[in-house]
Amino acid sequence: MNNEEQTDAHDENSDTGPICEFVTLYIGEQVFGIAVDDIREVFHPHAITRVPLAPPEIRGVLNLRGRIVTAIEVRTRLNLPPLEQDSNSIMAIGVEVENEAFGLIIDRVGDVLQLPERDCEPIPSNMDPVWQRVSSGIYRLEGQLLIILDIQRLLGIEVQTDLAA
Amino acid sequence: MDDLLSDFLAETQESLEVVDAELVKFEQQPDDDETLNNIFRLVHTIKGTCGFLGLPRLEALAHAGETLLGKYRDKALVATPETVSLILISIDRIKEILDHLTETQTEPEGTDSEIIAKLEAASEGKTEAAPASPTPAPETIAEPVQSIADDAVGYDEDLDRELRPGEVSLADLEAAFMAADGPDLEQLATEAETAKQQDAEKQAKEAEANKKNTEPLKLIQTVRVDVNSLEELMTMVSELVLTRNQLLQTARETNSDDLKIPLQRLSSVTAELQEGVMKTRMQPIGNAWKKLPRIIRDSAQAVGKKIQLNVKGENTELDRQVLELIGDPLTHMVRNSCDHGLEPSDIRVAAGKPEAGQINLSAYHEGGHIVIEVSDDGAGLPTSKIRSKAIKNGTISQAEADAMSDNQIHRLIFAAGLSTATEVTSLSGRGVGMDVVRNNIEQIGGNIDLNSIDGQGTTFKIKIPLTLAIVSALIVDSPSGKFAIPQLAVVELVRTTPNGEHRIEMINNSRVLRLRDTLLPIIDLAEITGATPTITHDGPAFVVVMLVGDQRFGVLVDSIFDTEEIVVKPLSNRLKDIPIFSGNTILGDGAVIMILDPNGVAKEVQASEETGLKSAQTEVNHNTASDKTAMLLFHAGGPEPKAVPLNLVTRLEEIDPKRIEISGGRHMVQYRNTLMPLVHASGGLNFVEEGQQSVLVFTDNGRSVGLAVDKIVDIVEEVLKIEMTDDGPGVIGSAVLKGQATEVLDVGYFLTQGFHDWFERAVDDQAQTAQAPKRILLVDDNAFFRNMVRPLLSAAGYDVTAIESTSEAWALHEAGADFDIIVSDIEMPDDNGVDFANKLAKDLRWNTIPRLALSALGQSDLEKIGATTAFTDVVRKADRESLISTIHYVLQLEGEAA
Repeated sequence: MNNEEQTDAHDENSDTGPICEFVTLYIGEQVFGIAVDDIREVFHPHAITRVPLAPPEIRGVLNLRGRIVTAIEVRTRLNLPPLEQDSNSIMAIGVEVENEAFGLIIDRVGDVLQLPERDCEPIPSNMDPVWQRVSSGIYRLEGQLLIILDIQRLLGIEVQTDLAA
Repeated sequence: MDDLLSDFLAETQESLEVVDAELVKFEQQPDDDETLNNIFRLVHTIKGTCGFLGLPRLEALAHAGETLLGKYRDKALVATPETVSLILISIDRIKEILDHLTETQTEPEGTDSEIIAKLEAASEGKTEAAPASPTPAPETIAEPVQSIADDAVGYDEDLDRELRPGEVSLADLEAAFMAADGPDLEQLATEAETAKQQDAEKQAKEAEANKKNTEPLKLIQTVRVDVNSLEELMTMVSELVLTRNQLLQTARETNSDDLKIPLQRLSSVTAELQEGVMKTRMQPIGNAWKKLPRIIRDSAQAVGKKIQLNVKGENTELDRQVLELIGDPLTHMVRNSCDHGLEPSDIRVAAGKPEAGQINLSAYHEGGHIVIEVSDDGAGLPTSKIRSKAIKNGTISQAEADAMSDNQIHRLIFAAGLSTATEVTSLSGRGVGMDVVRNNIEQIGGNIDLNSIDGQGTTFKIKIPLTLAIVSALIVDSPSGKFAIPQLAVVELVRTTPNGEHRIEMINNSRVLRLRDTLLPIIDLAEITGATPTITHDGPAFVVVMLVGDQRFGVLVDSIFDTEEIVVKPLSNRLKDIPIFSGNTILGDGAVIMILDPNGVAKEVQASEETGLKSAQTEVNHNTASDKTAMLLFHAGGPEPKAVPLNLVTRLEEIDPKRIEISGGRHMVQYRNTLMPLVHASGGLNFVEEGQQSVLVFTDNGRSVGLAVDKIVDIVEEVLKIEMTDDGPGVIGSAVLKGQATEVLDVGYFLTQGFHDWFERAVDDQAQTAQAPKRILLVDDNAFFRNMVRPLLSAAGYDVTAIESTSEAWALHEAGADFDIIVSDIEMPDDNGVDFANKLAKDLRWNTIPRLALSALGQSDLEKIGATTAFTDVVRKADRESLISTIHYVLQLEGEAA
């Protein structure tokens, strides 16, 4: 998991430090990163079946080459309003957690960045608590900040414990 | 593991299961030579193989057992329960040794000389050698296992090193051989009847020869296949089915002729392959029953009853996955029957039943699923015991219990924590019983129902799908999208039209469908899936009639596509909490759809019925302006409409006038196996002569009265303003319904016309014999309710003062009035019933008067507003019977206390 690698980065125990690869993605104007190792594929989601009574961030389920994938609306997870736009342009990032396939619905995909682990900084404490909860670190890039998303937390697997705490 | 040994283990395990069952059968029919031959042959085979593989302990045991069985076969001895027990104990010992063999590939240390000695003694006809109790056996086995465990890690002098786990020292082995061989030699030495022994051997050989003669006919060649490979095959076939469905869909869309023929072939080959693979996974249900005869025998001995097991349809096949899952529930149910279902022999004989209790087990196919029935001819379920236990547990309230039929009460045994066994026995009665059984069965998409007749026995009926992987489902459409409904739960499809034979009506904000004389609750699929319903209840629609357990209901859908074989895929963990879905699947067109869970939907129906009722009633209570009541409108003896409150009507029936009989000057009709008195709502005898007589049936306490009417007009829900009139008996007053003056009938009057003691029966004799009538103060803002209840209470022998506000009550207080009980509504628009009660509690004069609340609220809401502490008791509104019985009960308590 990438968050372990990032905690290693703070140790500053190597010269150049290991390099992490991230796929960047956009939600509105904000750029986010997800560790490449976590990502199985990037695809155009279509024919999503809505699941009644499901939590709001679950956009539905879809068939990806014979596999049923649960589509998670990242915007909803980040407390942002859904995109008012036709569904052709939206993208999904396919991840797998605990043998289950998920598709993270995002606005658009950026590119792949290679960044040294040790440049990863902790999340500023004044960031929106909802955002804090789903991110594991932050990079200062030229002109913008790259927020690294934690897949597990993004999928809401920890939501219950967060609420209980 | 050595292949030879593992084959031997697998085969022997199977043989022993058969021996177990056959021995029990043999014990009951000692003259059944065929059974005995079968047992003998199996034991003989085990003995032979053991000798071949060099397993001395097993061989010695099997040999001793065989000797005894040989005596039976030669008719030198007659089998007794004690000696059969002895053989069963030795079989158990063999099983234990086999288990050990499976784990360590060696025979455990220890000696079986005790059992062997007993077997030999029995062979010689010395019955005193029979075991007093079977307990010594486990003890002796415990020791050797222990010792080998110690040895395994101990130091071995021969090897001059520590023994590795699982290794046995040479010395131990030798000791084992000595110990195991001993009995054999000893036996040969002591037993003078060697000739007889040889005779037995010879007969065994003959049996073998017989077997050889008959066997080739039914010899089926088999290959042992790893279960996992079968599972993988099944998964692949499932995928293939999906792909084929997708291809078919594409071909249909493109309409390509080139594809048609190869696709047709692919389709039929896939179907055959699916069937073939399913078949490899199929096993006769008898496999799950094999251990039951032994369990019943042991249970019967433990509780000292005589029990006979009859099985039917043991060759019915079902998926091994399903088979594994129903094994435990079945065992549990059979144990229950042994322990609680069947009465002790003396009671049975006294009741004129055969001494031996019967447990019947049967299985058969019924359209894509398998039905298993477990029945006994015992005492039936103790209805009253279950009822009181359920009330004590808080599973149901007293009022609910009163309203439930015996059958409904019986089904409570499927609720958690409800065991009726007065004492916990070793077999059952620990309170975790039938609910677990039901859960297990529901988990595999099945359902369980029961039927119990007092004094005649109980029958459980389990319906389960043949396989879990592929199910047949109905694809339906709703505003929230398409859904799959498993066929297993679907009873029928009904098309409803506003003016057709089947139409959906509203009662108390709930939809119902009148279907063949029954009122079916209807739930809108759009509603439970959170969408806005597009179908109004007066438009055409489809209703999928479902049956879940004993609950029958209809699901309203926009349209129905077709039936499809779907491959059930498990839900994502994030979606598991949604109760109405059990899985999802990919359809032929590639779309994912959710599979509805019939059990989850059934719970929604129950919930909506409750909230529907509640919201209707809170509406009545909170807002007098929109105080709506559902009324049934009809004509009887005149053109002006008449009406009765719909919630009092149990059923609407059409009766052939030819069936109406006149007995003792009264009109009666045969209805549900009893004679039901008929009263005409016109007060006269205007029964129809031709066609059908419309009858409103009122049922209470198991008795029914039919109110004959000329024509049922409508059901309306309107604000009811009753003008009191003195139109004579049977009329409460008149109200304007659907813009027409309508006579509102007093149902109570007509009921007493049917049964003169209709109300008296509900109240006990005490209320009647009480010197002065008890005085009731009834506070309710709702005029209609007061008018309904007052005659009921008066008829039950009470002196009723009905007022509409608490201020009137205090005015009566000022005037010096006194009452025996105060019945007050809680939810009144301008008054607060709870405050009233609290104030009463502090009043110097009225504080001792019991206070009874009327409410439509649930228990938790009542607690929240403090009603449970302010009032002596709370009665559900509109529940006439429990109102009367509670008043009676409270007054009786009061009387005792005084």
